[in-house]
Amino acid sequence: MREIQASQITETIARLAIEANHYLGEDVVAALQNARAVEESPQGKEVLDQLLKNVEIAKQGTFPLCQDTGVAVIAVELGQEVHIVGGELNQAIHDGVKKGYAEGFLRKSMVGQPFSSRKNTKDNTPAMIHTDIVPGDKLHITIMPKGGGCENMSALGMLKPADGRQGVIDFVVSTIDKAGSNPCPPTIVGVGIGGSADQAMWLAKKSLLRPVGEYNPDEETAALENELLEKINNLGIGPMGLGGRITSLAANVLVAPCHIASMPVGVNVQCHSARYKEAVL
Amino acid sequence: MKLTTPLTDESIANLKAGDRVEITGTIYVARDAAHKRMVETLDRGEPLPVDVRGQIVYYMGPSPTKPGQVIGSAGPTTSGRMDRYAPRLMEIGLKGMIGKGLRIPPVKDAMKKFKAVYFAATGGAAALISQRIKKAKVIAYEELGAEALQELQVEDFPVIVVNDIYGGDAYEDGKKQYARN
Repeated sequence: MREIQASQITETIARLAIEANHYLGEDVVAALQNARAVEESPQGKEVLDQLLKNVEIAKQGTFPLCQDTGVAVIAVELGQEVHIVGGELNQAIHDGVKKGYAEGFLRKSMVGQPFSSRKNTKDNTPAMIHTDIVPGDKLHITIMPKGGGCENMSALGMLKPADGRQGVIDFVVSTIDKAGSNPCPPTIVGVGIGGSADQAMWLAKKSLLRPVGEYNPDEETAALENELLEKINNLGIGPMGLGGRITSLAANVLVAPCHIASMPVGVNVQCHSARYKEAVL
Repeated sequence: MKLTTPLTDESIANLKAGDRVEITGTIYVARDAAHKRMVETLDRGEPLPVDVRGQIVYYMGPSPTKPGQVIGSAGPTTSGRMDRYAPRLMEIGLKGMIGKGLRIPPVKDAMKKFKAVYFAATGGAAALISQRIKKAKVIAYEELGAEALQELQVEDFPVIVVNDIYGGDAYEDGKKQYARN
């Protein structure tokens, strides 16, 4: 058994929360630069120039990339040989979010009660924690601050098996078409196919943790990703929805086995401020 | 094109969907919770904390202000969530809205009827946009935190006209131009 202090988890989450909100991943920056090179629409080019300037300003550490510093989505891979001491895993994570969002002057965007009082919890907790127990003696933590505007464009389709591959494409493309300018394009489109309703949605979100420019290792799924991206970009929505060639930077797909009667398709949209940071303890 | 606030009928008449505009002057910040309160206030027959006639409201909830700064990051939020409230404010004289994303037909109809325009700022360019905000002051609903009603002084604040008073729509036009089958 390898011991990890809960306080170390808290400190790590706090640091990652601040970093994720100020430093956009190099893969996303490269994708935005590439988008700028191929975009034909003058409004689209102007938007992409602004986004690249924004990245430079945020990187100085004073202003977060976006005022919506998100819900703290936390993906944990806990090695089964790890023993957490000096506190509980989930509490250590919530404490880290609280600390990072306070010290980093990040916006607190969580309300405690969703359908009536909607009172802000004032510390951005609770975090949304997804934990997998895996072999080994390491703790892998990823934070993805997820904005509300793009999250609101999520969709779940409980498609019929007969709908097949084309059904998946139609559902995903129409979801992005309807979302239009709302989720701050150019977006990254996360798609989960299979599993159960809940698993399809989580796969869609989890797929957003893959670097832009990488494809699903399965050839058939990678081909689907390519086709989805092409069809989405043919919609013409463009940067910020003002028209253009680049509506999305990537379409990431993850798949899982499912029931003989089902074909769940989850879509989770990520804005261009595709922020996540990870650490291995 | 340069634009100063408050807006006049003449300056609004000149704005066309797709125009790139830089706004200078006072604008007001309100998002979901502040809009809910404002409309509840109007429903009770009471006056709003601010006279919205001729004014622009910016749909935004900033990140916290660091010591020595005017405001935190300050980009637009999705406007559609304010659709339920927007016609009511236009009815009493609001002339401009800044946000991002689609508006529903009744809101676009209200813009034509009450001669108001909808501008989009670049979503997620929040650190960049913040540089154009010279002063910020909470004027009501302070307890709402990031959702409080604020008054901003802006200089050359960059926006694009999405919906004008003639029914023009920059989102629809742009999409039509670049869509491929």
